[in-house]
Amino acid sequence: MNGTMDRTEDPTVSRPVESTANRTTTTRRPRNWKTLGWVLFFLLPSAIPLFVFTLVPMVSSLWVSLHKWNLISPMEWVGFRNYTNLLTDETTRRVFLHTLIYVAGYLPIVYAGGLVLALALNQKLKGRAFLRATYFLPVVTSWVVVALVWKWLLNPTNGLVNQLLGAVGLPEPGWWTDPQWALPAVILSSAWKDLGFVMVILLAGLQSIPNDFYEAAKVDGSNAWQRFWRITLPLLSPSTFFVVVISLINGFQVFDQVYVMTAGGPSGSSQVVVGQIYDLTFRYGRAGEASALSWILFALILVITVIQIRGQRRWVHYA
Amino acid sequence: MRDTRSLPARIALYCAVLAGAAIMLFPFLWTVITSITPEGSLADGPTLIVDDPTLGAYRTLLDAMPIWRILVNSLAIAVASTVLQLITGSMAAYGFARLHFPLKNVVFGFYLATLMVPLQVLVVPLFIEMKTFNLQDTYFALLAPTIASAFGVFLLRQAVTAVPLELDEAATIDGAGHLRIFTTIVLPLIRPALATVAVFAFMGSWNSFLWPLVVIRSPEFMTLPLGLSTLQGQFTTQWDVVMAGSVVSIVPIAIVYLLAQRHIIAGVAHTGIK
Repeated sequence: MNGTMDRTEDPTVSRPVESTANRTTTTRRPRNWKTLGWVLFFLLPSAIPLFVFTLVPMVSSLWVSLHKWNLISPMEWVGFRNYTNLLTDETTRRVFLHTLIYVAGYLPIVYAGGLVLALALNQKLKGRAFLRATYFLPVVTSWVVVALVWKWLLNPTNGLVNQLLGAVGLPEPGWWTDPQWALPAVILSSAWKDLGFVMVILLAGLQSIPNDFYEAAKVDGSNAWQRFWRITLPLLSPSTFFVVVISLINGFQVFDQVYVMTAGGPSGSSQVVVGQIYDLTFRYGRAGEASALSWILFALILVITVIQIRGQRRWVHYA
Repeated sequence: MRDTRSLPARIALYCAVLAGAAIMLFPFLWTVITSITPEGSLADGPTLIVDDPTLGAYRTLLDAMPIWRILVNSLAIAVASTVLQLITGSMAAYGFARLHFPLKNVVFGFYLATLMVPLQVLVVPLFIEMKTFNLQDTYFALLAPTIASAFGVFLLRQAVTAVPLELDEAATIDGAGHLRIFTTIVLPLIRPALATVAVFAFMGSWNSFLWPLVVIRSPEFMTLPLGLSTLQGQFTTQWDVVMAGSVVSIVPIAIVYLLAQRHIIAGVAHTGIK
């Protein structure tokens, strides 16, 4: 693997051969042009769309974020005022808090639930393939469908969940109609959708743990609980790390299910950052602030991800 | 450890996994049940066994929006986006893994930079771009941001790098050019990585909501998630119709999923092992 890498990555390997052959620049040029042709042939199909539909919008987003603009009248330069205004704004603080609550509620549920399912499916079990496929089904269902189905299940008056709660004499929350319960409703449905995804990642991690470790620990007289804490969890840490990084990146960008279930309501009680970006642009015509907010969110996600990658040495063990 | 489990432990295990399966499957069943319950009986919530099942909700759905066209839109856009990402991604992967050119690392750095920027940073300027060129409300607008994905390039480049260089060299001696080496040697050998990229491209497009919401207004260019979201009324929602729409959008993807279930799950698991 390393040998191939060196040869493909290092252009100096082929150069000495050319120089000993004593080729002049004039004879080498046609070959270089030909190589350049191949480079363009292989790279342009991806480079052009990425440039036009990602890089250019990226730069213009930065540009827009320094202006006051309602998408129609001419842009007005405001420097960093959009950023400073947002950072001191009460609404900004609220939408970041809601996003944080979402992530803090969602991650433990999907991780614990996914781990339990993965541990169960890692046992000898009849119908394992069927169960795995069943748990994964919500993952391939779109967020909008999941949000609609759960909005119906969590309907306060005639939804199934409240009917069941009522039948056993428990209080029936107002879910997405109640400011207190709107975020929990979103968290619950999101966790339901992603449980299978986390399970598949963790199951792959569990299956890569060598059985010898368990055998050796058993010979040493350990019990199942000790083996779980001392072998399974530490050796599962690379998969755990992947789940946490991905969940945080996606979690901070939560939008679809919130937009469909609550539209940020009731009275802003479940508005999240991306929802605010959307509303600022398309409802209030404040595209400059929306762009600035998207960059603040991006910076936050980047910082959190970098911190995790830096910190992984402390708790992630690669076998 | 596995064979010595006691009977109660085994029963508990089966109860747990079956309860899990019920929690995952029941909402889908409930969706189907609701969609065939007559509208009048919905006030107290549907019952498990529907007394007088009806397809009325599906008829209302057909009147409310061009649902077949929306379904075909979703499938066509997802397939097109997948094919395009496989072509552009594998070609770029070959370019980065096999060709030598100045500033290669800088160019690759640009690719990686686009990988890190989330869609919501791009949504506003992308929308303006489309508006400037009068491309809102077109299939092209839906497809544009998904023609190439840096994630795909990254994943496929790793796969191409793992293909032994000796194979290329042998083919070069036999007189094969880059195009022949790419199509007959590299592509067949990176099929697992292509499958993973295909799964993510298809699911990404099929589930995409924010971008269609921003750029599409007319029902005839909508995709399923967007079309479904418009079924919700401001004040009242006809849940039987919404659930009928949900069934229509679940069935195709469920069929794809059932056929390719192993590959899809393997593809997802593959990204987690690094």
